[in-house]
Amino acid sequence: MYTQGLDQKDKSAPKRDAMEAPEQLEAFQARIDGEEKIEAKDWMPEAYRRTLIRQISQHAHSEIIGMQPEGNWLTRAPTLKRKAILLAKIQDEAGHGLYLYSAGETLGVSRDQMVADLLSGKAKYSSIFNYPTLTWADIGAIGWLVDGAAIMNQIPLCRCSYGPYSRAMVRICKEESFHQRQGFDILRVLCEGSREQKAMAQDALDRWWWPSLMMFGPSDAESKHSAQSMAWKIKRFSNDELRQKFVDVTVPQADFLGLKVPDDDLEFDKETGHYRFGEIDWQEFIEVIQGNGPCNKQRMAKRRTAHDDGAWVREAAQAYAGKQAAKHAA
Amino acid sequence: MNKDKALLAYTLRLGDNALVLGQRMVELVAAYPELEEELANANFALDYLGQARMFYTYAGELEGKGRGEDDFAFLRDENEYRNFLLLEQPNGHFGDSIAKLVLYESFYLLQLEALVNCADTRIAEIAARAQKEIRYHLRHNSQWLIRLGDGTDESHSKAQGSVDDLWRYTGELFAPDEVDNVFEAEFDGPDLFKIQDEWRSNVAAVLEEATLTKPEDGFMASGGKEGRHTEYFGYMIAEMQYLQRAYPGAEW
Amino acid sequence: MSKKEWPLYEVFIRSKSGLSHRHAGSIHAADDQMALDHARDTYTRRSEGVSIWVVRSSQIIASDPAEAAAFFEPAEDKIYRHPTFYEIPDGVENL
Repeated sequence: MYTQGLDQKDKSAPKRDAMEAPEQLEAFQARIDGEEKIEAKDWMPEAYRRTLIRQISQHAHSEIIGMQPEGNWLTRAPTLKRKAILLAKIQDEAGHGLYLYSAGETLGVSRDQMVADLLSGKAKYSSIFNYPTLTWADIGAIGWLVDGAAIMNQIPLCRCSYGPYSRAMVRICKEESFHQRQGFDILRVLCEGSREQKAMAQDALDRWWWPSLMMFGPSDAESKHSAQSMAWKIKRFSNDELRQKFVDVTVPQADFLGLKVPDDDLEFDKETGHYRFGEIDWQEFIEVIQGNGPCNKQRMAKRRTAHDDGAWVREAAQAYAGKQAAKHAA
Repeated sequence: MNKDKALLAYTLRLGDNALVLGQRMVELVAAYPELEEELANANFALDYLGQARMFYTYAGELEGKGRGEDDFAFLRDENEYRNFLLLEQPNGHFGDSIAKLVLYESFYLLQLEALVNCADTRIAEIAARAQKEIRYHLRHNSQWLIRLGDGTDESHSKAQGSVDDLWRYTGELFAPDEVDNVFEAEFDGPDLFKIQDEWRSNVAAVLEEATLTKPEDGFMASGGKEGRHTEYFGYMIAEMQYLQRAYPGAEW
Repeated sequence: MSKKEWPLYEVFIRSKSGLSHRHAGSIHAADDQMALDHARDTYTRRSEGVSIWVVRSSQIIASDPAEAAAFFEPAEDKIYRHPTFYEIPDGVENL
């Protein structure tokens, strides 16, 4: 799955570290421009490191929190096959969170620290996961729309200039290829089913469409910080470019399902070959980011509880390892 | 009880055990103590769901009434389920889950090893596959029980409490009824008395390494094999069966 | 806080026999056996491997990127180590 708000400004970051000589920065930029990958121990500007830590950890947190809305239907999945598929998908998300935390760790920040920042509310995760999954059709909508939007963003990240992040993304994209399809498949079966089932599918699209468009982050006009990320090749396409691409590929899929996209302004522009779509409610986006979405509190509370409840287990394992090591040393 | 009936009942029980345990593990998703263990739990739950599907599919063929895996999972009532009571117990804390798995899988692995050589080829095939999965689970989970038992004072007392609480549900694993007896006689099925001896010594060895005390064999609860469950079970399957019950006949 | 964290391990996986182990990623674990299990459960969910190595990340001795020039460039001008350096006259075979 995916993270957004890649353009958030790092308020604590100094403009340029005093120790960074212009020649060093130039040499670094030349490597980036030459499409060389930057590796963990290579010299890098402090701002590049911080930007990556913020983005990668946010991405990791999104994977972890993203397990919850889908997990909400795991015990109630309607068939054993669907249950197994959904479990495999949620497990992948745990795995992806893990790969991403590992990539973050190569930049010198511990997983513990990243998790602490999530639990304290300092670090963000994708706002999409603060929406509730109210019916089984929502599981389909998450796979189809949320993973669909995620893929748009993640594929360019496979070419990100930072080696460990790029490698993690290659692995993630490969594994996620079935995620979107399983979501679409859930909705297809619902749309071919009873009237109630089809209504369930339409209701899910109605609720998930706009939040999915918000996943791409603020419009280009509003997102002033992405220029640096583009120059560093952490980001390859602008938010609006990706959002447009998503709308262009998704609307025909909705048509195929016989579902109506909840946007009266949606219209295909023959000249440009793109869909024009209505205004996004950015106020809602800001509210959800700031913690006022329907499920922010619930998601964080569950994560905190799991973390706190696990403390004695993590400690026990370390205590045991310590005893064993002492035995071997003796 | 005739041979065919016993085979069907035995197969369904295997499916019920796998599904009920799998469902309990599914409830724990996104609540594990560490990310890596989250992945392990999901792997194990997927193994159980897979086994349940294979056993149910086979049961449907044996029955010959057109029922499939989902009919057995979602459209049977509480008292038609014949899983062990141990498996339906609520999850509790991590130590409870681990203790439950070690106690059960120490039995299940021996059962599967015996089934690999039983006279029914389909059961033998499924068992051959399942035993590889369970052998790994059991090693992983036993290792965890040892870590908890021999970890901190807190983890030791928690793990001891888990083993003590769940011990009363282990008697049922080894109490043969008509289905077990007919299956053993007609299909060269597992000898539960023999399995019990091995189970005792294997479990004792793990508990010893975990510095835990083996509970005394006191009162043993039973009833799962006859469809008499604990109160917890009704809620579990009500949740699991909700969609199939609310929308009869729908495809998903 | 980081004192409570399980140590980091690097995971290397042989995808099939005949191939070398290749770095797959990393995991945290409290002990070596747990590290192997975690590597298995994390990195071989899609039958990606037949053999796993894990090693504590802190035990890896790595070359210093700052020394890369001195470390690797001296090999670059020794082109006579590569077979393509040599000209083979027409008519000579099996060389």
